[in-house]
Amino acid sequence: MGQGKFIERVLFLLALSAISSLVLITVFIFMEGLPLILQTGLKDFILSSHWAPTKGHFGIAAMIVSSLLVTLGALVIGVPLGLACAIVLAEFSHERVKTILKPTLELLAGIPSVVYGFLGVIWLVPLIRNYLGGPGLSLLAASLILGIMILPTVISISIDALTAVPALYREGSIALGATQWQTVRRVVLPAASSGIITAIILGMGRAVGETMAVIMVAGNALQLPTSILDPVRTLTSNIALELGYASGRHREALFATGIVLFVIIMILNFSATVLTRRR
Amino acid sequence: MRLDPRITQSLMKTLLWSLTGFTLLVLIFIIVDISIKGLPQITPMFLFQDPQDMGRAGGIFSTIVATAYITLLAILLASPLGVGTAIYLTEYTREGLATRIIRFGAECLAGVPSIILGLFGFVLFVMKLKLGWSVLSGGLTLAIMVLPIIIRTSEEAIKAVPQEYRQVCYSLGMSQWQTITRIVLPSALPGITTGIMLSVGRSLGETAVLLFTAGAALRAPVSLFDSGRTMAVHFYILAREGLSMPNAYGTAAILMVSILLINLTAYTLMQRLMKRYS
Repeated sequence: MGQGKFIERVLFLLALSAISSLVLITVFIFMEGLPLILQTGLKDFILSSHWAPTKGHFGIAAMIVSSLLVTLGALVIGVPLGLACAIVLAEFSHERVKTILKPTLELLAGIPSVVYGFLGVIWLVPLIRNYLGGPGLSLLAASLILGIMILPTVISISIDALTAVPALYREGSIALGATQWQTVRRVVLPAASSGIITAIILGMGRAVGETMAVIMVAGNALQLPTSILDPVRTLTSNIALELGYASGRHREALFATGIVLFVIIMILNFSATVLTRRR
Repeated sequence: MRLDPRITQSLMKTLLWSLTGFTLLVLIFIIVDISIKGLPQITPMFLFQDPQDMGRAGGIFSTIVATAYITLLAILLASPLGVGTAIYLTEYTREGLATRIIRFGAECLAGVPSIILGLFGFVLFVMKLKLGWSVLSGGLTLAIMVLPIIIRTSEEAIKAVPQEYRQVCYSLGMSQWQTITRIVLPSALPGITTGIMLSVGRSLGETAVLLFTAGAALRAPVSLFDSGRTMAVHFYILAREGLSMPNAYGTAAILMVSILLINLTAYTLMQRLMKRYS
């Protein structure tokens, strides 16, 4: 075997590192959590909301609902804000403004999630408690914080989608007498729609998977929320709060919670990849 | 009633710009609040003294050591894997099933939330391989977390190196490997550095992964098998248990300022590389 061939083999092995890590993660999470799901029954596990792991009750319905609601809330906040920033950057600002504004907004991605959670506790939670009522630590607080946290994902992928629309489309529309905004709304946004949907899906993935900020502001109460001011416990917070001391079947149940989370995330990732490829 | 399109346009522009302005304000608020309350806490004593009384007093020296140790280990492990993957993807194969699987793996890995990585690191490294809560378990898990970042940025950087560079090398009789190591990699170095810097930034701020793999021991780790509490984990514990607000703000300020500086430098490096070759 020549030197070139040998190097190629080595590089190929290195290139398998990401996919094999992914496989390892999947195998280990399922190995630890699946037995419990099978014993409890998938239906009972995800449809019951009776979670008393030390007494053998493993139902995570309330957490699934909470995770979904928190994510929905994050999208309600994050998508309009993120899309607005993306449209302004891609369509309505001069090159010079863009070169400053874009890296500045990307700084949001660098702020650690614990810092978001901390500021949420210090500023947002008291505001909600004093002006809207309830304990402050709530579904609403988590949604607002997550809405900000998904912005970098939504903004950067939407900008890519918008800038990928050929300039000819815009020129054609303007030449027909449309205003810049009509062009954006009727030509550019529809042409970029699959990319924007990808951005929203990946933003959802970020929101469902976020842990530390949510633990700090969501209140973590085990219940089905009846109002946006109720405290909630998400799938991620449940794992992080209890893994430290859980053992035996309880620990298995946390890995089982991880499986549900993992499956949700993988479905989101997969749809994003499929959408991107179709483009 | 239909509005004049020009009026709709100026209304929409105002709305979109205000939303953008609001987003900027949020960012500025975060940076200013943490800086004003945190930066005054940062004194030589704060940086070079170990935490005392669970972090209520003293500094954060041992957590800086643990952060540096774990981050360095993660980068040392992930860089060769990530850069190797990027070289393979760009220089050694045509687009095909193999590259699609490799890319899909990297993309999915990038989307795996840190709590899942924490669970994985906990069961494989801490429990099964019996490495315990340690710098090693933490570093290994973080390496997996940053791998996709290094792959993506290195690939982008290597692709940006013009094809003519390679052709000139081949016409001079250099082998493919010589071309890669002497010409392609040095030209792509700023971009590869960007990936590594972004990974450092990501590692500095990570909490969920490390809480369950590296533990939260307050003593500075010496061996790879010692547990170590990073700055981010320390900050989380300080804030959550309300141990000391000044120390929490101080730690947050150091974290935030260093991550933002690292990210800005990384961004500038990549822009310069892209401009040079485009």
